Amino acid sequence: MIAEIHIPQSRPGKRRSEAVVARLTNVSKNYGEIRALRRVALDVHAGEVVAVLGPNGAGKTTAVKLLLGLVAANWGRVSVFGGDPRNAENRMRTGAMLQVGRVPETLRVREHIDLFSSYYPNPLPMAEVLQASGLQGLDKRPFGELSGGQKQRLLFALAICGNPDLLFLDEPTVGLDVEARRVLWDEIRRLVARGKTVLLTTHYLQEADALADRIVVINQGAIIAEGTPSDIKARTAGRQIRCGSSLPIAAICSIPGVLEVRSDRDAFVIRAADAESVVRELLIRDPYVSGLEVTSAGLEEAFLALTQDNHQPEASRRVS
Amino acid sequence: MSAVPTTLPSAAIQRSLSHTLAIYAKETKYDFLGRLRLPVYSISTVMFPVMFYVLFGLLLNRGHEVGGVNVAAYMIATYGTFGVMGASLFGFGVGLAMERGLGWLQVKRASPMPPFAYFAAKVVTCMAFSAIIVVLLMTLGVLFGGVHFSGAEALKLLATLVVGSVCFCAMGLAIGSFAGPNSAPAIVNLLYLPMSFASGLWIPIELLPKFLQRFAPMLPPFHLGQLALGVVGAGQGVPLQHWEALIGFALLCLGIARIGFQRDERASG
Repeated sequence: MIAEIHIPQSRPGKRRSEAVVARLTNVSKNYGEIRALRRVALDVHAGEVVAVLGPNGAGKTTAVKLLLGLVAANWGRVSVFGGDPRNAENRMRTGAMLQVGRVPETLRVREHIDLFSSYYPNPLPMAEVLQASGLQGLDKRPFGELSGGQKQRLLFALAICGNPDLLFLDEPTVGLDVEARRVLWDEIRRLVARGKTVLLTTHYLQEADALADRIVVINQGAIIAEGTPSDIKARTAGRQIRCGSSLPIAAICSIPGVLEVRSDRDAFVIRAADAESVVRELLIRDPYVSGLEVTSAGLEEAFLALTQDNHQPEASRRVS
Repeated sequence: MSAVPTTLPSAAIQRSLSHTLAIYAKETKYDFLGRLRLPVYSISTVMFPVMFYVLFGLLLNRGHEVGGVNVAAYMIATYGTFGVMGASLFGFGVGLAMERGLGWLQVKRASPMPPFAYFAAKVVTCMAFSAIIVVLLMTLGVLFGGVHFSGAEALKLLATLVVGSVCFCAMGLAIGSFAGPNSAPAIVNLLYLPMSFASGLWIPIELLPKFLQRFAPMLPPFHLGQLALGVVGAGQGVPLQHWEALIGFALLCLGIARIGFQRDERASG
């Protein structure tokens, strides 16, 4: 795979076209008193994978349901393929995997796929669907006798069986083990390589990082950050320095480039945009620095920082 | 990695009539198969009316007459009504409440399934179970109860009960559009059993207390029961009026269901 050579700005899939296939324009949605989404704007371009990332209750599922035409927005506009998501033609080009409590349990895997395939004009062959969803050999098993992970895979199979151009996957890997998750990721990558567009929601940060061209971080119904996975990581705290020091915490805070300092047991944890200059300065000011460790802040930290910041606007973060 | 995003021009896809019909057929086939394999539905909805009929129509009241006809014939009509009502209320009402409450209906709605196919499949499934129940009762009555039917009478009784059962599908739709998946079976039983009793489906209406006899015409099963009894020669009232009552009740239920679905669209997550 030549695409693995790292050219700046060219993750596989970055080749996105300008065509917008799904769009939320200033959309607000309330469920009674609960404000599920507040003035959310989101574009999904043909051929890209967008991950909507956020904690439980952030509004991820609501965004998907709006784009599927299952709920109506209180404010703003929802469009899919330039039209109403409820249009029959749009639905024939769309596949969806939603979180479901229970599916008719007495029908077999093959029967469920057969029925959903019949809704679409150009469905995939049964064997291909079974293989892509990892359900080979289980096709005669009733839904009720599948394991949790297998049930999840059947829902994925129903989303892809119609060979749709646009896929909505709401928490696709919830309840899957590590192995099954990898298999599903590979399958999603294969779909994208065939030109499909994918919008997925997840609270697994690793998943967004592994799959998405673009991550949209959502919290309490509003988008709080948006960009490539590396943008998101860069936006909050490039790297993390951990060391013991004889300096008071205020003195460390005053070093240029330090974003945040907290003490953790007998050491300080320093978040810094430019770790090298901070370390250089730190070593000059304090000859007794011990146990120095520099790590890159993962998406996990970035995400926590972003969402926590939303709760505590007065926190001491200073991002340019 | 040279894949080009495919963006088909919109409105390129139109479903042909034969494709649409094929979807309806498949939807119905799998709805029926799913129910057939669910013993709590298929066994109980068929066995209860059959059991009651054998007990009260064939064994305990052997040789008696009600309303001028053999009790075995009379009770084919009443337990037939009881049976089609149960098949419809449980099949439609409980089935819909489950699929609505547990998210499956949303998966279907998000798919390109023609929305009406979902409901049509359920109606046909319920009608099929209704037909099975009525045919079983008639067969038992003819074989063991000394009941005589001409072919036309048998067909008319079957058609009356199966067509009339649609009214209870509408009632199931109304219940299923409001009830939660756990409460639906209880709600259905609370309506089904008292209504059956008060409509004279268990004990002939002539033998019920006077105030219940006056109250019965308020209940839709009474009207379907009288229509079925009319076929075996023991009906009261004018058939057209019974049909009108059933249609009116069905329309009322459709209105209630509409409110339920609108509520869903606004409120649920």
